[in-house]
Amino acid sequence: MSVQNEAGRQETVAPTASAPAIELRGISKAFGPVQANKDISISVAKGSIHGIIGENGAGKSTLMSILYGFYKADAGQILINGQEVNITDSQEAIAAGIGMVFQHFKLVENFTVLENVILGAEDGGLLKPSLAKARKLLKQLSDEYELSVDPDALIEDLSVGHQQRVEILKALYRQADILILDEPTGVLTPAEADHLFRILEGLKKEGKTIIMITHKLREIMEITDTVSVMRRGEMTATVKTAETSPEELAELMVGRKVLLRVDKKPATPGAPVIKIENLEVVDEQGVRRVKGIDLTVHQGEILGICGVAGNGQTELLEVLGGYQNGTGKILMNGQEIDLSGKHSNGQTRRARGIAHVPEDRHDEGLILEFQAWENMVFGYHHDPKYQKNALLMDNAGIKAMTQVSMDKFDVRPPNPKLEAKSFSGGNQQKIVLAREIERNPDLLLIGQPTRGVDIGAIEFIHQQIVALRDEGKAILLVSVELDEIMSLSDRIVVMFDGQIMGERLPSETNEGELGLLMAGITDEEKAQ
Amino acid sequence: MDYLTIIQILDSALRLATPLLLTCLAGLFSERAGVVDIGLEGKLLAAAFLAGAAAAVTGSIWIGLLAGVAGSLAFSMLHGLASITFKGDQLISGVALNFLAAGLTVVIGQSWFKLGGRTPSLSGDGRFESWNLPFSDAMAKIPVVGPAYDELISGHTALTYLALLAVPLSWWVLYRSRFGLRLRAVGENPSAVDTAGISVVKLRYAALVIAGVLCGLAGTYLASLAAGFVKDMSAGRGYIALAALIFAKWRPWYALWATLLFGLLEAIGNRYQSIALGDFVIPVQFMQALPYILTVIILAGFVGKAIPPRASGQSYVKER
Repeated sequence: MSVQNEAGRQETVAPTASAPAIELRGISKAFGPVQANKDISISVAKGSIHGIIGENGAGKSTLMSILYGFYKADAGQILINGQEVNITDSQEAIAAGIGMVFQHFKLVENFTVLENVILGAEDGGLLKPSLAKARKLLKQLSDEYELSVDPDALIEDLSVGHQQRVEILKALYRQADILILDEPTGVLTPAEADHLFRILEGLKKEGKTIIMITHKLREIMEITDTVSVMRRGEMTATVKTAETSPEELAELMVGRKVLLRVDKKPATPGAPVIKIENLEVVDEQGVRRVKGIDLTVHQGEILGICGVAGNGQTELLEVLGGYQNGTGKILMNGQEIDLSGKHSNGQTRRARGIAHVPEDRHDEGLILEFQAWENMVFGYHHDPKYQKNALLMDNAGIKAMTQVSMDKFDVRPPNPKLEAKSFSGGNQQKIVLAREIERNPDLLLIGQPTRGVDIGAIEFIHQQIVALRDEGKAILLVSVELDEIMSLSDRIVVMFDGQIMGERLPSETNEGELGLLMAGITDEEKAQ
Repeated sequence: MDYLTIIQILDSALRLATPLLLTCLAGLFSERAGVVDIGLEGKLLAAAFLAGAAAAVTGSIWIGLLAGVAGSLAFSMLHGLASITFKGDQLISGVALNFLAAGLTVVIGQSWFKLGGRTPSLSGDGRFESWNLPFSDAMAKIPVVGPAYDELISGHTALTYLALLAVPLSWWVLYRSRFGLRLRAVGENPSAVDTAGISVVKLRYAALVIAGVLCGLAGTYLASLAAGFVKDMSAGRGYIALAALIFAKWRPWYALWATLLFGLLEAIGNRYQSIALGDFVIPVQFMQALPYILTVIILAGFVGKAIPPRASGQSYVKER
């Protein structure tokens, strides 16, 4: 296989069999004053898997959107199989043989798999012949590439992994030769991700070209042949995967050396801070989300809860945070707390020393339209120290406090008067984290601490969490990122279908074992 | 209550259900495409007025029909312009159209005909004539089946039969044709349609064209039934059709049954103006309010869970 390291520097490209599947030459795109892509050139060889890695806002998605016809580049050329193409909408991208698997699937939830596959690619005005043809082709493809999925199942009844297969099938049904996957493993279990990689390997063998956008270094190392790194709209390097290392890629992404492993001392757990006994949560639809959970978190330890999203972790955090009702018994520092009724709310929880960094910082952690200093006191705004007198709040004092916190937590830009929505994901998370940690809680609940956060900020946030633990605080960490759970936790608990599947020590387990537990497979079942 | 009375009530129910059914199907198409259509009432009224006026002036209800459909279509396109092209709020646009129709029809009607906002009475070719199906006279003499055929099935206007035909046709279009698949998809997840390379905007406009035509038929039917346009003659039927649409869970066949139920209640209210239960007499107002009471019950969600098309009410903005 031929790979060009210095992409786009070839002199002449004739439309021959050896021409790269995709070549971009000098692509630039600006949104107002923001230069999202700056003179980007890459070329991807036919039948290879090419990774594009970079932090949020580095311009990866913009580049792919240009390739898929969502945006028009300000300058530059796109060549497919050596021939220049002009892609102005999705229809033309599809016609050029490009298929895209978006991070958020573009599927109609209450349609069947077949209906989703043919949508937009029907043969003629009636559905019947198209459906019959698609059924036949799907059977063929699923045998060929381990892409098995029930053609008559509704999308909403399928697991996320299967939904993703439908997206790949959609692209293949449209005879895509080039497949672009945007953060494909973000929502998958490790087993599902492995399965996806096998599918991709199979497609590669058939001569398909695959471009994978991700921020997970491990995946880049595992599956790609070549990798391009983007930083601030520029392509900083294109290298052969075999000739690089995760450390080098991280440095290229961030622009400085990054510590990939969390540096922490062994935990010295103390007395129990929170003791949860037989917790049950039934949601508004009457579905049992949490089915009798027992957990204890001690002083000076990080308890990590891992699991695929939607297995009761969210509801557990919500009950502990005081905005979802539950039944059972919870002792906080030896005293029972109300799990329902008018005394069960965020206010009373905070009074008991529970701080909460919610999973969804846009909906629950911040009010995006409000300024940083306002966000910095939400939930604690009743505190007498923020009141000037009986009527007015001490806004100047809050702003001064915010300034101090912002400096301490390295929030950039450190401007208390900026609206929350103008900060990047990582800096928004630092604001939430600062608000909660600065109140000196006994227990910190923290959900998906680094979702949508850049590598550089991840490092900082992890350090803050470990520092809080070393002060003797209890931390309950919920994350779908296995890497994060493995490196931060002192104990790991796996949740599946509202239940605890098992508890492990990070030193005595591995991703494979946790992955099985996350899929609901216990040791006993495996033995059978 | 004898057999003939029941047949007559059912006959009247069918007649009253016709405009509801057409309006309900109109709403079905636009909401299935993700455009909430609270402006059905306004379209109905505008169509009724234009149909009444044109029929009165020309003496032909068929020209009235053309005018009614054109008026309703214009309103529909206005809704599309506001809510699809300019991505405005669909509810506000719809409500504005309702106000516009309520005001304009009376103002224009008054300055045109000087009859206090009415149009002149329609007669002869100015109204739809009833179609007597073949053998209805002969069949009428057969007991049981005869009166049912003669009274209930035969003797309606062309639009009633058209409305009934529109039910299986709508079903077929929605569930068996490419257009229907795309239409339903755009109401559920427009970005899926967009990334498949199909225009969301065109599909939604197409749905609004269908809705406009169907509403135009319904409005014309009203004008013909009442032999002319009267101020506010739609009397909330657009809203009732919306309630029926929710009741019908956005499905054509259910829409037929739902609107027939509303028609039946209206027919009963019209026929039994007061019912005596021993000493207590149910007032006429209560009987006439029956369809509206059912509307409130349905909208309050007493008839089980109805899940609207997921993207309804949202204008589509391309994302990165």
